[in-house]
Amino acid sequence: MLMCLAIPACVEQLINENSAIVNLGGIRKEISLALVADIVPGDYVIVHVGFALQKLDQMEAERTLAMFAEISALNKENT
Amino acid sequence: MKYIDEFRTGTLAQKIAAKITSEVSLQRDYHFMEFCGGHTHAISRFGIIDLLPGNVHMIHGPGCPVCVLPIGRVENAIRLAQTPGLILCSYGDMLRIPTANGMSLLKAKAQGADIRMVYSSADAIKIAQKNPQHQVVFFAIGFETTTPPTAVAIRQAQMLGLNNFTVFCNHVLTPSAISHILQSAEVRQLGLVPIDGFIGPAHVSVVIGSQPYEYFAEEFQKPVVIAGFEPLDVMQAILMLIRQINAGRAEVENEFTRAVLPAGNIKAQRLVAEIFELRRIFEWRGLGLVPYSALKIKSCYADFDAEQRFQIPALSIADNKACECGAILRGVKRPQDCKIFGTVCTPENPIGSCMVSSEGACAAHYSYGRFRERNRTARKEN
Repeated sequence: MLMCLAIPACVEQLINENSAIVNLGGIRKEISLALVADIVPGDYVIVHVGFALQKLDQMEAERTLAMFAEISALNKENT
Repeated sequence: MKYIDEFRTGTLAQKIAAKITSEVSLQRDYHFMEFCGGHTHAISRFGIIDLLPGNVHMIHGPGCPVCVLPIGRVENAIRLAQTPGLILCSYGDMLRIPTANGMSLLKAKAQGADIRMVYSSADAIKIAQKNPQHQVVFFAIGFETTTPPTAVAIRQAQMLGLNNFTVFCNHVLTPSAISHILQSAEVRQLGLVPIDGFIGPAHVSVVIGSQPYEYFAEEFQKPVVIAGFEPLDVMQAILMLIRQINAGRAEVENEFTRAVLPAGNIKAQRLVAEIFELRRIFEWRGLGLVPYSALKIKSCYADFDAEQRFQIPALSIADNKACECGAILRGVKRPQDCKIFGTVCTPENPIGSCMVSSEGACAAHYSYGRFRERNRTARKEN
């Protein structure tokens, strides 16, 4: 079990104010929402030792991926 | 899986690598320490070293929580677990850490101690609820990522009125470890390692934010780039570090913007501040005694503090003499520099802690890197 490796997971269903079911690539698991706020189904959260540590900012994720793509576009220009 | 696969695209990694190669100065070397065990694991698993020019060197840091816990504290946990009627709950990674006499929590369990492997501190609470006639101790370890979950458990135990639940607290702090590596005279005596910049931890930074690193950047003039755990994140962070160094900058930059805010997770920080306070000093494997580098439970939560409820002596136990974990944790030596690496010490039969956890530098190198170097040498000879 990888204790420290945290992964992004999609929130499928809220159980109550403090817990939810997430989908980790097909595996459904109950996690605690005690450390985050305003989570709704469809949000991605960073899950670590059974707790959501933060909501994943989907816009920022797209921006980072766009930055990688930009690098690859620049490389093409250079070659 | 979404937000994982797209950050592992091989073709993009090649492109970032080409960018790195085109931007490095051939006049110098670049030494970067990845503090966090998660990055060590990613660098080994995805073969990132092979994508970097020869003058860019990655140094493994002490950011594997399982690896830095000194043997004395593991021995304490074993003795607790051997207390009749006591249930010790531990994260799985801790179970195989060997102590001085070859003992481990796993062996203690085989000999009859009631040790339960838990995935989460919440599981330990459930075990305490189900076993009111037993004392249940949660062996809490880890950096800033596992501390808030422990805090939640203590709060929950208080709310539930559990009088059989305590925490053996071993939580440690990332910023103090980094500054210790940079400024401690003892660490310098043990061997100096040149560091030009740091890859800042991913999930530790999710909790503490990017602000705590401003101090290093300014005080030590070392750039810090916080990176996610996926290979493209690490590659991009290396590129950002190279750019800072080439431009003579020493700033904190954040590559992991999808999860790290400048102030971090304030809700988690508040909870931690309510329940824990700084220890004056704490022993780290590899770093020795580091002032203000760990947390203890505040006296108002003493009812949930295993160190208050049980006799837990301060034990200082030296590492196995042949084991180089200490030097490896400081970045002074590499796993392959250790005489017993891969022969006497393997993941199946670990001698040192770095071989136990998958985030440990030795385990990562054993699983993913040990044939790479041989192949490289062979290629050169051909």
